[in-house]
Amino acid sequence: MPSVFKHINLTTLSFVALATAAHAERGSQGDLNLFYWQAPTLLNPYLASGPKDSEPASLVLEPLARHDETGKMVPWLAQAIPTLDNGGISPDLQSITWTLKSGIKWSDGTDFTANDVVFTANYCMDADSGCQMTAKFTDVEQVVALDAQTVKISFSKPKPYPYAPFVGLEVPVLQAAQFADCMGANALNCSAQNLAPIGTGPYQITDFKPGDVVTYDINPFYRDADKPGFAKVTVKGGGDASGAARAVLETGEFDYAWNLQLDPQVLAQMKSAGKGQVVSSFGTAVERLQVNLTNSAADLGDARSTRDGGAHPFLADPRVTEALSLAIDRSTLIDIAYGDAGHPTCDVLAAPAIYASGANDACLTQDLDAARALLDEAGWTDSDGNGIRDKDGVSMTLLYQTSVNPVRQTTQDLLKAWWAEIGVATELRAIAPSVFFGGDQSSPDTYQKFYADLEMFTNFFPGNDPEPYLNNWACAAIPTPENGWSGMNVPRYCDPDYDALLAKLGNTVEIDERIAISKQLNDMLMQAGALIPLVHRGEVSAHANSLEGVRMNVWDSELWNIADWTRAK
Amino acid sequence: MTDLTFLSAPSSGFWRRFQRHKGAVIGGSLLVLVLLAVLIGPFLWPHAAGQINLTARNLGPSLSHPIGTDHLGRDLFAAILQGGRVTLLVGVVAMALSVLIGAAVGILAGMVRWLDAPLMRLTDLFLALPVLPLLLVTIMLWRDSLRALFGAEAGIFLLIVAMIGLTSWMQTARILRAEVLALKKREFVIAATALGLRPWGLIRRHILPNVMGVIIVSATLGLANAIITESALSFLGLGFPPDHPTWGRLLFDGTEYLTLTPARAIWPGLMITLTVLCANYLGDGLRDALDPRSFNGRK
Repeated sequence: MPSVFKHINLTTLSFVALATAAHAERGSQGDLNLFYWQAPTLLNPYLASGPKDSEPASLVLEPLARHDETGKMVPWLAQAIPTLDNGGISPDLQSITWTLKSGIKWSDGTDFTANDVVFTANYCMDADSGCQMTAKFTDVEQVVALDAQTVKISFSKPKPYPYAPFVGLEVPVLQAAQFADCMGANALNCSAQNLAPIGTGPYQITDFKPGDVVTYDINPFYRDADKPGFAKVTVKGGGDASGAARAVLETGEFDYAWNLQLDPQVLAQMKSAGKGQVVSSFGTAVERLQVNLTNSAADLGDARSTRDGGAHPFLADPRVTEALSLAIDRSTLIDIAYGDAGHPTCDVLAAPAIYASGANDACLTQDLDAARALLDEAGWTDSDGNGIRDKDGVSMTLLYQTSVNPVRQTTQDLLKAWWAEIGVATELRAIAPSVFFGGDQSSPDTYQKFYADLEMFTNFFPGNDPEPYLNNWACAAIPTPENGWSGMNVPRYCDPDYDALLAKLGNTVEIDERIAISKQLNDMLMQAGALIPLVHRGEVSAHANSLEGVRMNVWDSELWNIADWTRAK
Repeated sequence: MTDLTFLSAPSSGFWRRFQRHKGAVIGGSLLVLVLLAVLIGPFLWPHAAGQINLTARNLGPSLSHPIGTDHLGRDLFAAILQGGRVTLLVGVVAMALSVLIGAAVGILAGMVRWLDAPLMRLTDLFLALPVLPLLLVTIMLWRDSLRALFGAEAGIFLLIVAMIGLTSWMQTARILRAEVLALKKREFVIAATALGLRPWGLIRRHILPNVMGVIIVSATLGLANAIITESALSFLGLGFPPDHPTWGRLLFDGTEYLTLTPARAIWPGLMITLTVLCANYLGDGLRDALDPRSFNGRK
């Protein structure tokens, strides 16, 4: 039986083989300087606002299991990944039992036990705590310690993929003794704890100035006597992506810089200084156009961009969105705007590779004639001779919005030019990212309200199970005024067949069948024209040439293996 | 008609005084040159602004592209000319609006005693308003309705011009009120009133010509201020749509490429600085030339 669990078990073994590689002495490598230009403000991932906080925290706090750079799960504080075969997952799929490594100590010298895991789960599941990671504990009924080394997590319904709690950088284990007074509504008031959590990781926090700098030294009780290599680590924040890239690639002031989405030529020019190299890694992130299938006309008032307001005058026709997609030269777009950090894609579920459908790859090649023919066939012709197609008095003019970002504005300019060639006019709008992604109910410019015809941003899913991601396009996930514009079904796509197939996916355990259903769901979305995928995007970071051991990881913290990093001699 | 002497009869005197201010002459001529270039330039220049040419990306200066091209092969000189049109049009129209409101409020407050206090408190109120946040809020509130009425570009143009005009008239109003109050005490005004001249006639024939200098100076300074505000808005990524270049927007886009193609940021920045500087020098020179008190002081 090829099951998802067996698959993981094999990779566990391969990791153990890798981890036993010879290593230098603890603390012999000097100082390490990291540049996180979006400065960390809080080092408790449960209250954090994103990777800018949880990545610096990952030097200290550790989960039971992590994902390695290939996206496979590796045990971290646990002895092994629980599976059906090793009895870690109950046959009814309603519970998972983790066995912890023995002899692990917190950086204050006390023992790490199953009680810490139970405490952390209760800490986050408390309704008053303001925990940002509650989605990771969906359907968790209770977490109990069977003994000092064993934790059992029970679910209220069968979970074919039970690896959400305590897997990955967002959900590490907190020390029960330190956070005991921080339960519920007190969570946010515990600033001393939230700014300097005690952890089991290779480093401990010595000083933290929120929004500026974090300094670490070695955790004296770290489990591996030879690691970590670097004696001191500094994470510096502030500035912008280009400044961070320059500090590593051109001036060599820093050893590592994170999140460098820059013009590929700018990056290449910095790289030519010869001080460092650019690393990129592809996760599940896909830059896509969201197609508004509903009418966004301003005169509809409250029914604007809702299904009550009716279908979009032309984008609801899949032939039109197919034509728009065919008019895009994705390879040229990537050459100019993304460089090595992008691959062309026609699937919104483009990774992990086993889930990529490939059934929609016709759009990879630009074909303006085919696009024009599709629009002609749909009845859209230039009847008044102004260069813009129209039908029944409606002109094919698109309002295309995205966030302010040089790469996105370049994409907007290029797409506008290509669409002009097939007779579609485009009006561009760029919105400040803090507004566009801010979710402010009173702003008309949020991506959820979608008061436009097309909008562009990237979305991805953590880990390697696409089910929660595909749930984004269920009818129930449509943002509406009634639900406070929450939900990720931005195209307002609603198909009962899609919902039925999603439900089937939720009850399927067989990995091959899960893959087949996931591909089918992706194809349904593509054929309905709800989304136009553009680029499978990689994360880009840079590190100094002298830094060794970096295994760029998009599935977990980029600093996941920092204990193995060394300085080239 | 003693009051009109320095405007009508010895206008040669005005010119003579103006020409003595070298900065004003140079600034004025450069400003006229810039205006002519952006008005006529786009018709003469072979490249259209915004025309993408993927074979000519990130070029340095050459004969066909005197200040190079951007990362999509668009000619920068064409973008500067086209962007200057919008920037200067915003500047001129917003300045006109601001001067109009400022003059009306200032003269009314000076002439009509019972309007003085309420109008001056209104001026204080507007002075206390932070301009940029106010602009951001109004852009968010009214952008869509104006876009539906006038189209995307005209709508945002009206909005920006109206907001800059409405938030920059206060200095003019205050200075004018003071001037009018001083003028009202002068003998020729008292005489005109005694002769039965109606208030409107008084304003038209005696007050306006005497405060014209102040108004012109306010106008040149207002032009500079409006250009700066529009550039700041565009630099913040607000204002005009991203494919509709203004100098501020070009500067904002160019900062990302400062090391690769510095010309993309330097030229728009230079144009903003140059225009604002010229307008300021021109205002300086006009003030000196129009101020009768500086007549004897200058050599």
